[in-house]
Amino acid sequence: MSNQPVLQIENLRVSFRVHDAYYAAVDGVSLNVHKNEVLAVVGESGCGKSALALSIMGLHPPAKTKLEGKILFHGTDLLSLSVHELNKIRGKDIGMIFQDPLTALNPLMTVGRQIEEGMDFHLSLSSLEKRGRTIELLERVGIPNPNQVYHRYPHELSGGMRQRIVIAMAIACHPSLIIADEPTTALDVTIQSQIMDLLRELQQQMNTGIVLITHDLGVVAEMADRVAVMYAGEIVEMADVYTLFDRPLHPYTRSLLQSIPSAQHPKERLHVIQGIVPPLQKLPRTGCRFRSRIGWIDESEHEEQPILREVEPGHFVRCICYKNFHFPHDHIGDMKYGIS
Amino acid sequence: MEFLKVNHLKVYYPIRSGFFRRVVGHVKAVDDISFQLNRGETYGLVGESGCGKTTTGRTLIGLIKATAGEILLEGKDLAKLNRRERSYHRKDIQMIFQDPYSSLNPKKRVLDIIAEPIRNFEKLSPQEEKRKVQYLIERVGLHPDSIYKYPHEFSGGQRQRIGIARALTLHPKLIIADEPVSALDVSVQAQVLNFMKDIQTEFQLTYLFISHDLGIIRHMCDRIGIMYRGQFVEEGASQEIFNNPQHIYTKRLISAIPNVDPRKKQEQIKLRQHVEKEYKLSWQRYFNAEGKAYPLKRISDTHSVAIL
Ligand SMILES: Nc1ncnc2c1ncn2[C@@H]1O[C@H](COP(=O)(O)OP(=O)(O)OP(=O)(O)O)[C@@H](O)[C@H]1O
Ligand SMILES: Nc1ncnc2c1ncn2[C@@H]1O[C@H](COP(=O)(O)OP(=O)(O)OP(=O)(O)O)[C@@H](O)[C@H]1O
Ligand code: SF4
Ligand SMILES: [Mg+2]
Ligand SMILES: [Mg+2]
Repeated sequence: MSNQPVLQIENLRVSFRVHDAYYAAVDGVSLNVHKNEVLAVVGESGCGKSALALSIMGLHPPAKTKLEGKILFHGTDLLSLSVHELNKIRGKDIGMIFQDPLTALNPLMTVGRQIEEGMDFHLSLSSLEKRGRTIELLERVGIPNPNQVYHRYPHELSGGMRQRIVIAMAIACHPSLIIADEPTTALDVTIQSQIMDLLRELQQQMNTGIVLITHDLGVVAEMADRVAVMYAGEIVEMADVYTLFDRPLHPYTRSLLQSIPSAQHPKERLHVIQGIVPPLQKLPRTGCRFRSRIGWIDESEHEEQPILREVEPGHFVRCICYKNFHFPHDHIGDMKYGIS
Repeated sequence: MEFLKVNHLKVYYPIRSGFFRRVVGHVKAVDDISFQLNRGETYGLVGESGCGKTTTGRTLIGLIKATAGEILLEGKDLAKLNRRERSYHRKDIQMIFQDPYSSLNPKKRVLDIIAEPIRNFEKLSPQEEKRKVQYLIERVGLHPDSIYKYPHEFSGGQRQRIGIARALTLHPKLIIADEPVSALDVSVQAQVLNFMKDIQTEFQLTYLFISHDLGIIRHMCDRIGIMYRGQFVEEGASQEIFNNPQHIYTKRLISAIPNVDPRKKQEQIKLRQHVEKEYKLSWQRYFNAEGKAYPLKRISDTHSVAIL
């Protein structure tokens, strides 16, 4: 059983109700996360990363959301649990870290009390034990003077310190899985790198599995063991981090990698991905969803209904046409009218 | 003659307290910086949140009053201009803002958003005005019919380009771009950055480019100033600073940029640990007792560092 993934998502579909119809923001996603593994999920804004993360945590408003498929956590389907059963797992065996630490913290409670509150819910410890453990946690996430910070309120701390507190809360009960949605996006680079180093260190000490959601390919390269690239609700490519950066295949992955300024070739013109991620109600539901954004590729090159295939061990691509994919040589694409 | 010269600029914000809102102290947001911009170049201001980048930009376009120091545009001291000259100077310097969502009035059509600055300065017939706006909107790569649409009908990158079109209406010489792509996706970032480079040549623009993203700064800028708590710690040619940073704070910033090559991951972590150690050990060499940087010292024609 030790090789069983911590998290197994099978054919997950997350649909939101807009007016009277449901639209899938996550559409048939399958993935695994093993213990001691960081799986990064990348993609542009609106491609369904947070919808995926929130569904693992069971945090979508039930009246407006339809969840289909399976989310197996150590073999148990989270989608089949009652709220009560889910609450026992959430915050204990699964920790969460979000982009904005302020939304995760209660402004009216000292940070020490907040960390202890999580323990109250999941563990039975004396107040002395809790206090000791909280101080230890604060130390572990690199907070100087933990005895003083224990009594502080969130607004009295800097953004980086707050995110450290959120991490302390996330790891308080030794979770086997952490879901981190853009944990460093709101922070300055130097603090971002400290938080990344901290997360990696904790993850290695505790053998935690991490789902790291980000749009920053630099963060992916530094943190991830494996990467899933999402576009318009689907995984379009998945591979270990080296393969993904060495031999990206899907046109979307390759476009993303070309669009960031590179240290090796500064000043070079950047690749522009034409168009935008379509809003939920306008997502194409048949055929390839990325097609409209690579208009220079001949229609005959595309596959009718591209499915995710394993092209080499562990490397999945939703496409057969990557073989003939190329970038347009001129950059006329940049100046094309975006709206007609 | 330098195009823009900033001499010993200071901008202090008063801190008020108590019933009488008495001034009890100052936030020294910008505390004695000097730099110059040459015509046609892109100068980058970099540094962490709160170091004074936006304050510097807003002071240059006259939205904030300088506490001390001089700002010379083509040799003229902006503080000493009369009313007419000042309105002229307003035309020469324009600003683009970080958030393409809140910086455009949602109730106005693109036509009115872009024409607004012209209306304050020129008397054009509606026909002429429309032609001018359509010309600009085409230049920023949008369809001429878009002038009848509202901001919410555009994507983030398109909105940012509308903001740029508006900044261009009065033929400015200098554009201050405060985090112009920070709110945008990587793919859209690329579009706006390419575009800013294109129009720079076409309209002979000088840019002051403000960002906390060093990757983007390296991509865009000819020269840069690294700010720390209202002061410069390093200044000069972008290449030199990235390849050969001298100040410990600059080294720390550069080593924090995530490397897009997963094979460099260990190397990058080691470098960061090394720099962090040096930062702790050699703090006194770089900062005085109050934690302030020293004055800049020239170490080559194109590179200055704040060391003793
Ligand atoms: N509660 C909701 N109701 C309706 N639509 C939603 C809801 N939440 C998300 N969406 C839509 O689902 C799509 C995916 O959104 P999601 O928040 O998962 O994107 P994301 O990849 O996390 O983007 P970002 O990088 O901007 O955080 C978007 O089109 C979004 O507008
Ligand atoms: N109107 C104001 N009144 C008082 N203090 C201010 C005001 N505006 C800014 N400050 C302070 O001045 C300092 C510099 O702020 P500024 O906005 O220039 O920083 P910045 O470098 O642009 O930061 P960021 O990257 O977060 O935008 C900060 O300490 C800030 O809190
Ligand atoms: S069918 Fe293949 S090549 Fe064509 S757009 Fe889709 S993924 Fe890309
Ligand atoms: Mg999100
Ligand atoms: Mg700012």
